[in-house]
Amino acid sequence: MRRLAPGRLLPPLLLALALLAAWELYADLGTTSSFVLPAPHAVASALWENAGLIAANLGPTAEEVGLGILLALALGFALAVAVHLSSPLRRAVYPLAVGSQAIPVAVIAPLLVFWWGFGVLPKLVVIVLICFFPVLVTTVDGLRAIEGEQLKLLRTLDASRWQAFRFAELPAALPAALSGARIALAVGVIGAYIAESQTATSGVHAGLGHEINADLTALQTPRAYAAAFVLFALAIACFYALSLAERVLAPWAHPTRGETT
Amino acid sequence: MATELQSRISRPLGGERPPHESVAPAGGAIELQAVERTFTDKRGTSVPALAGVSLRVARGEMLALVGPSGCGKTTLLELICGLQAPDAGTLQSEPAVLMPQRDLLLPWLDALDNAALAQARQRAASLFAELGLQGFERAHPSELSGGMRQRVAFVRTLLSGKPVLCLDEPFGALDAITRAEMQDWLVGALTREPRTVVLVTHDVEEAVLLADRVLVLSPRPGRVAGEIAVEEPRPRGRTEAGVIALREQALELLAGARPA
Repeated sequence: MRRLAPGRLLPPLLLALALLAAWELYADLGTTSSFVLPAPHAVASALWENAGLIAANLGPTAEEVGLGILLALALGFALAVAVHLSSPLRRAVYPLAVGSQAIPVAVIAPLLVFWWGFGVLPKLVVIVLICFFPVLVTTVDGLRAIEGEQLKLLRTLDASRWQAFRFAELPAALPAALSGARIALAVGVIGAYIAESQTATSGVHAGLGHEINADLTALQTPRAYAAAFVLFALAIACFYALSLAERVLAPWAHPTRGETT
Repeated sequence: MATELQSRISRPLGGERPPHESVAPAGGAIELQAVERTFTDKRGTSVPALAGVSLRVARGEMLALVGPSGCGKTTLLELICGLQAPDAGTLQSEPAVLMPQRDLLLPWLDALDNAALAQARQRAASLFAELGLQGFERAHPSELSGGMRQRVAFVRTLLSGKPVLCLDEPFGALDAITRAEMQDWLVGALTREPRTVVLVTHDVEEAVLLADRVLVLSPRPGRVAGEIAVEEPRPRGRTEAGVIALREQALELLAGARPA
């Protein structure tokens, strides 16, 4: 496993501190109202005071993001394999997949609620709709990255189509799919926010997105920022979890492990 | 397919030729008669790659093909391996397997799995031991030197069980010292595991050192410009007078084949 040497943590910490300091100074100048931009120390104390509330709201959101990414990974990967193996399917599915990314969630939100109510399911659908696309694109590229020369070689070795797929194309596509999932994650967290905003929610602790909207309406800006900060941390945590998964599942994609970075 | 696989597994070590069903020319392993192959480029222009190539390779013979780049050497190998079909002429060959210049080992498999791929691992393991690769079975391609990677690729080629090996500049990307080592190793490996070999190389010395016969091809479109039989006993040293003389002869043929 990677060492967490102090030298590796220093640059991100310094950058974060510098940005926080600049933010604090700007907020303390008083040119903006604290309703518009709360200072970092105000956000920190809001986070501290509302830790229980925010933690309770983190649960549903983390569940939506985690499950959503996994489902998007599965759907994107399956679609990519189907599209890779059948060019009529590719011509049929690809334009629709691209177009699906342009659909504003607000347009379909009422239908999703009509079908599945106020639970987690419509939110998962929104996140999967947003997240499957990067997985699809990177996986298709990964499957295609196996060169014609490699496939020719496998043919002269009498490998069947299935064996060529299993030995060459599938392992090549795995790190590509996980890269797609990392890209998807960045939009997946904002997707969870959009899903919570667009599909009405029942229950007390309805997720961070719901909490943020409620706080903004109530002019509880520091608490909204505190909840947004937790979303920010959630994205980073999921990103590194996926990076770790890639190192475990596809170690060949990092042959220089331990030497660089 | 199943019976073919079984016959491969049950084949005795280093023993007789594997059975095959494809057409074998009478008395030889490969026979080409006036084979032509033309490609069409992106603008629709016809580019002839091979213009009437006739050649014959006996069972167990090693034939080297030398020629300038673009003379259709790789096309010729792909024709023999059945990856392409000739546009004119006839081609008969026992089942042939290709070993390309790049090893094309799969980075996610270790050396043994790369060599075995769809074949029996047991046979792969015994070939590793036989050909001096023991201890490297579990190494991944990224941990192997260029020479070792080519050895694994060659074992993979052998394990296909096909009687004809088409080697496309197998040592072209290696440094001079490694290449010399690999040439010695190949001679040893083929002594233990005799096959019919078609070796494409741009290195005239390599051709003369390894092959029973050297065919010189003309620049595109390729045709046979000359033939040299190498009868020096093996192992051959690159400084032997006979080897040097044949090398000179091949170089002259190559120079003569070039358009004025």
